[in-house]
Amino acid sequence: MTDILVIAELLDGKARKTTHSAINLAKQIAAGTGGAFDVLAIGDGAKAAAADLAGFGARKVFATQIDGGYVAEKYASTIAALGKGYGVVTVTASTYGKDLAPHVAAKLGAGVASDISGVSVEGGTLTYKRQMYAGNVFGFVQLTTAIAVVSPRQAEFEPAQPSGGASPVEDYAAAAADAAAARIEFISLEQTAKSARPELSEAAVVVAGGRGLKSADGFTNVLGPLVDSLGGAMGASRAACDAGYIANDLQIGQTGKVVAPKLYIAVGISGAIQHLAGMKGSKVIVAINKDKEAPVAQVADYFLVADLFKAVPELTEAIKKARA
Amino acid sequence: MKILVPVKRVADPENANKVKVAPDGSRVTTDGLEWKINPFDEYAVEAALRLNENAKSAERLGETIVASIGGKDAAQTLRQTLAMGADRAVHILAEDDALDSFVVARALKAIVDKEQPDVVVMGKQAVDGDSNTAGQILGELLGWPVASFAASIETSDGGKSFIVGREVDTGVLKVKITAPCVITVDLRIVAPGSVKNGATPAEHAYGEGARYASLKGIMAAKKKPIDEQPLAGLGVDVTTTTKYTKFELPPARKGGAKFVADVNELVALLKSEAKVL
Repeated sequence: MTDILVIAELLDGKARKTTHSAINLAKQIAAGTGGAFDVLAIGDGAKAAAADLAGFGARKVFATQIDGGYVAEKYASTIAALGKGYGVVTVTASTYGKDLAPHVAAKLGAGVASDISGVSVEGGTLTYKRQMYAGNVFGFVQLTTAIAVVSPRQAEFEPAQPSGGASPVEDYAAAAADAAAARIEFISLEQTAKSARPELSEAAVVVAGGRGLKSADGFTNVLGPLVDSLGGAMGASRAACDAGYIANDLQIGQTGKVVAPKLYIAVGISGAIQHLAGMKGSKVIVAINKDKEAPVAQVADYFLVADLFKAVPELTEAIKKARA
Repeated sequence: MKILVPVKRVADPENANKVKVAPDGSRVTTDGLEWKINPFDEYAVEAALRLNENAKSAERLGETIVASIGGKDAAQTLRQTLAMGADRAVHILAEDDALDSFVVARALKAIVDKEQPDVVVMGKQAVDGDSNTAGQILGELLGWPVASFAASIETSDGGKSFIVGREVDTGVLKVKITAPCVITVDLRIVAPGSVKNGATPAEHAYGEGARYASLKGIMAAKKKPIDEQPLAGLGVDVTTTTKYTKFELPPARKGGAKFVADVNELVALLKSEAKVL
């Protein structure tokens, strides 16, 4: 029997969707081992976020208000204090959870399995499946410590849906911050402009552009209409982000966002290994590229060899017609 | 300032799709692949060198020490960073298979205890294990604050503190961190204006990416010291926390992209065959 503590990820006083993926993992482990899961909402606005998370079947939801912005040094001691009563502590596999997990693990003497894409339970032993080498190898790892700290990939764990009921919500007193907290101070979070499009990691359709689009204008005026004709999210290759065509937080790849939509359209992307690592879990992959030898062909289901500046507007029109 | 930069060698990341798994699934094999420096560690070396120099006058402002934990041939990776401009190296000899993030962090702590750097600058993750854990664990073991995923570093308070721009999912999170501390770097730390140290003139434009070793640098590196010692000699706990039970190659995508003639054929197939429209 393994009890699990889910650490919610808060943004602007609300739990991000990544939290719901972590709840999905917690439910799988609880079901497989006969344990139960609790949730900890920690940060600014924790109380309201905890109330929002009360409908997901948790045994309990804890709330710890911490003022000011996030630094791990102010959060990890509280998470470790509560977490020591559990077999698994799960964070989110976003930059938030990836930053936090090792801090918590070190305090608990717990092993970490980061960015996992699956879990199996056999005789009470948990084995985590994770991608390594830019998604070119799956490793199956067990943690030999009493407590495990785990982060589940959002693309591989569907967000849990509310299951009704109301978990009791309790305040959990913050532990004293680390001594190191005196040497790190949150200054600001400059959020990227919010878009009317769906969030990249959650979209059913992702249209991503590469250096082939040649400019920021190419992203806005050539790729943009195609994205919107499909109701999808826009993504980009590292090369396009490096060139300044588009915001860094839309980068897809080994160290950017990992996506697994129903339909992925790669436009003017050659397909570097680190990019493929972030999208090859997509159900259907379409490539539009003028070079038919581009490595993206290794993973594409459909490949249109064409000049994207001609093909993309045509495709946009054809899709509008097909969906009308 | 005195900066320690841990570096790791990894199987050539440009050819990561050629990594194989032993037939019994017991281990990953990288035969035929060259060892390369982990890209994020190379960026960390570059960031450390920028922090420790006046790029205009070529004056050096502090010592940059590189360290690696791994087999004999990790010395080559260290030599490469010495050629970029690091001053000296520490090589902890160990079997790669006997390491995990905790063992690495404990070994690095032993090096820090001895060398007493002001800052540890390291890559946010190694691109083989893709774990993204060692830097934060090291900070915890040392009781030092950590700024992970640094896309920009600017010194303040006369070099005692840093304003670090952390690249996070939702944008850029800025923190002020005071030495001694750990900073782990992301891709964009090697953009031309990402590191500001108050000595290099603000208008100085660095090239994109990490610097190449000059011929002079390569010659000088041959004379720079590499202090080699076995992991066992550090007296650290070498118990790992992870046990990999097997490795597998991911199922190949059915592959063989179907080449379509034009937009109309593509749309027809997406509709009737793939059923995604």
